[in-house]
Amino acid sequence: MATVQHAVQDVYEPSLFGTYSKKIGMWLFLASDSLTFGALLFAYSYNRIANPAWPTPFHKESIANATVMTACLLSSSLTMVLAVLAANRHDKPWTRYWLLATMFFGTAFTVLHAMEWTKLMGEGMMPSSNPWAATVPQFGGTFFTLTGMHMLHVTIGVIYLGVIALRKKFLPILLGLWLVGWLLTPAKSVFHIGIHALLIGAIVSALILFLKPKDYDSHDVEVAGLYWHFVDLVWMFIFPLVYLMSTKV
Amino acid sequence: MHDVSAPHDEGKGLYFWVWGGLLFLTGVEVVLAYEQVLQPVRMLEVLLVLSVIKAALITLYFMHLKSEIRTMRWLLTISVMACFALMWIFFFPDADRIVQLGVK
Repeated sequence: MATVQHAVQDVYEPSLFGTYSKKIGMWLFLASDSLTFGALLFAYSYNRIANPAWPTPFHKESIANATVMTACLLSSSLTMVLAVLAANRHDKPWTRYWLLATMFFGTAFTVLHAMEWTKLMGEGMMPSSNPWAATVPQFGGTFFTLTGMHMLHVTIGVIYLGVIALRKKFLPILLGLWLVGWLLTPAKSVFHIGIHALLIGAIVSALILFLKPKDYDSHDVEVAGLYWHFVDLVWMFIFPLVYLMSTKV
Repeated sequence: MHDVSAPHDEGKGLYFWVWGGLLFLTGVEVVLAYEQVLQPVRMLEVLLVLSVIKAALITLYFMHLKSEIRTMRWLLTISVMACFALMWIFFFPDADRIVQLGVK
């Protein structure tokens, strides 16, 4: 056995970045994803500056809601980093508790965001039009694309953390959430269709959990944490650029 | 060589300080939006600077980039920043040109 290990060490060169491959893979994915969000943020900011008649529909209530959402994401990053610390101590119960706390904050963020979307759509805002500035139809398109992309990332992040924390036990919970969400959202709501993201997430998670079952270790928790913090980081740009730049108090 | 299994040695207290700092900076941004003393372009610049500070805190401390080896830290940072710089150089002067021309 010792001979085999020695041989393997000789065959493989040490990593360029001095760390394990899963973490490098996640960093590379995040670098590419940051360019996706960067392009969307630049598109939004470009339109914001180029259009003096840009609508300012976010009043005190919306800003307060978005500030609570920001606090939720920042708190979720704190609980996530505490989960990583617990995982490094091999403290499985606390790793799970902190991951569940992170999922709670992430879910709260998504629910608040969905309520904000519903309110805006109720006021007549659509991807191709808005009731506040007829000459700036691109407001709805850029807003929904950017915040929708982010909401999707948060949802994927919550599912990812659920798989790491609860493994196969998470599947019935996820399917239950999908069913309840689907039955409770009105048929005309965009979230009546959007909630199917949970079903797709459950199918993908089931494939991963059944085809490659494993006990997730501290490295897996750390890599999941990288993804989660990135989602938080992106919101640190969306919140000021989208909400605070379109405020009317 | 960086030990791949070495845990990050920062204490819990540091993470609470970073979290508090991020909440404080968010508060500053919200106050700026409520006061509305700055013109849109100036406001955008100030908010972007604050966002970059918050992003740096998250990346360095929560994502532990500070603890990674120098090659990884700089290669990631420089490559992403270079792409953003290219977007900035091409897009924003053009957006500002449209405003200066008074195109409706």
